[in-house]
Amino acid sequence: MEIIQFSRQKEAVVFTIFFPVILLVIFGSVFKDTIAPGVTFSQYFVAGMIASGLVNTGFQNIAINIPLERDMGAIKRLRGTPLPITSYFIGKAISVFASMTVQVLILLIIGAAFFGLNMPTEPSKWLTFAWLLILGTASSTALGVAFSAVPKNGRGASAIVSPVVIILQFFSGVFFVFTQLPGWMQQVAAIFPLKWLTQGMRSVFLPDTFAAQEVAASWESGRTALILLVWLVAGLFLAVKTFRWENK
Amino acid sequence: MKVIEVKGLVKSYGDFTAVAGIDLTIEAGEIFALLGPNGAGKTTTVEILAGFRKSDSGSVSVLGFDPATKGDAGRKWRNQIGIVLQTASDAGSFKVREIVKHFSAFYANPRDVDQVIEAVGLTEKRNSLVLELSGGQRRRLDVALGIIGNPELLFLDEPTTGFDPEARRAFWSLIRDLKAGGTTILLTTHYLDEAEELADRVAVIAAGKIIEVSTPALLGGRSTSKATVSWLGKSGLESEESDNPTAVVTRLAAQFGGEIPELVITRPTLEDTYLKMIGGQSE
Repeated sequence: MEIIQFSRQKEAVVFTIFFPVILLVIFGSVFKDTIAPGVTFSQYFVAGMIASGLVNTGFQNIAINIPLERDMGAIKRLRGTPLPITSYFIGKAISVFASMTVQVLILLIIGAAFFGLNMPTEPSKWLTFAWLLILGTASSTALGVAFSAVPKNGRGASAIVSPVVIILQFFSGVFFVFTQLPGWMQQVAAIFPLKWLTQGMRSVFLPDTFAAQEVAASWESGRTALILLVWLVAGLFLAVKTFRWENK
Repeated sequence: MKVIEVKGLVKSYGDFTAVAGIDLTIEAGEIFALLGPNGAGKTTTVEILAGFRKSDSGSVSVLGFDPATKGDAGRKWRNQIGIVLQTASDAGSFKVREIVKHFSAFYANPRDVDQVIEAVGLTEKRNSLVLELSGGQRRRLDVALGIIGNPELLFLDEPTTGFDPEARRAFWSLIRDLKAGGTTILLTTHYLDEAEELADRVAVIAAGKIIEVSTPALLGGRSTSKATVSWLGKSGLESEESDNPTAVVTRLAAQFGGEIPELVITRPTLEDTYLKMIGGQSE
């Protein structure tokens, strides 16, 4: 049902799914340099776009839509039924996952067709990709639900949520090569999950030789998983604690 | 069997006391109307009974259960109740049948989806998007979602606000059908004709307190108050208030030697009685 609802909101579909594609087209066309032997900026950027797609689709959309749904009485209505609230969260997560799948497919197809994107060939890389996608969906959905407690109502939600996401994207090396950012920015970003998602996606789409150019000279996959899990647990905890069925 | 039993219910929001000590008993199978002006505490009372809010004090039992209970027990209890709250505008991008079908999956023993859509008169609209429905249709969809779980008890919070007269008639007949099917209904309204039309018993509530509980016909001593007999006399329209209108009519019939011109006998309307009770002016 969440998926149907999302797909019928045409603006939402266009913005969430095609926005990363549009960004890829713009950035890929402007920056044609290679940032390392055999690594184009587009290649680097696709990793960042997929990671920030998770944050847009999960965190941003949900943190904005839940206050809107509260305004419309949707959550209050659900609250009056025997439906466990966890089912509602799971529905949201599945909808995010479905939307991400479509988004990733389009990004990869356009990237490969027009920007010389090289697909990873090793199955292990796709496995990494799969767990990143699942863990990323889960944690960004949980954090989105948790953050939805912050906006007082639907009208103000977008103004509160969007800046958080945009700043995070700049800090986390989505638009720029992460290691070229100022040190303090890197350290701030390292607290938040987007930096780790982006780095994880780079480990999928960039050759392993590039790992040497990361902050820790490694992909830090284990650490990425751990940090995403910590955020997932924190998000779930906060989501359950702070969830409201109507606006204040 | 008592479906709802409330004793000494109190609820405040900050300094404002919305419900100031309510006692209420509702029997199985009846339509009970909470009648009162805006801000009288109707919605707060319903939201406490339906498990949305916690009371500050007092005891509440709904179907033998405290609505404030959380967790699995609370969810089982929700299987037996249906809730139609005020003004919802959600689910716009779903089709009518989709959303009703979706909600039916939440309940242990749901009613048949198409029968429910038929019962609320939306069969022709079952494949329309919810946001294309008119106000009255939208409200009937709310009721469909309220009754899809086959509830023993249905809460209706101001169900017909904003309806045109025809839609209200249709809605009333739907509510009567539900009652005939054995559903207990707690209705809030500020329409007197609605309470008079539907309710077995009415509680008048003002400033968070119940002023009187009675049948619509007996409310405020209506049936025993003086009747007004009016007729067309020699000097125009004449009238007389009396405890014995029959005697007046008999006297007049003898006086006119048969038919009394433009004879009308009236008792105070529910509205007159109600306005007097809540302290307003009836003119």
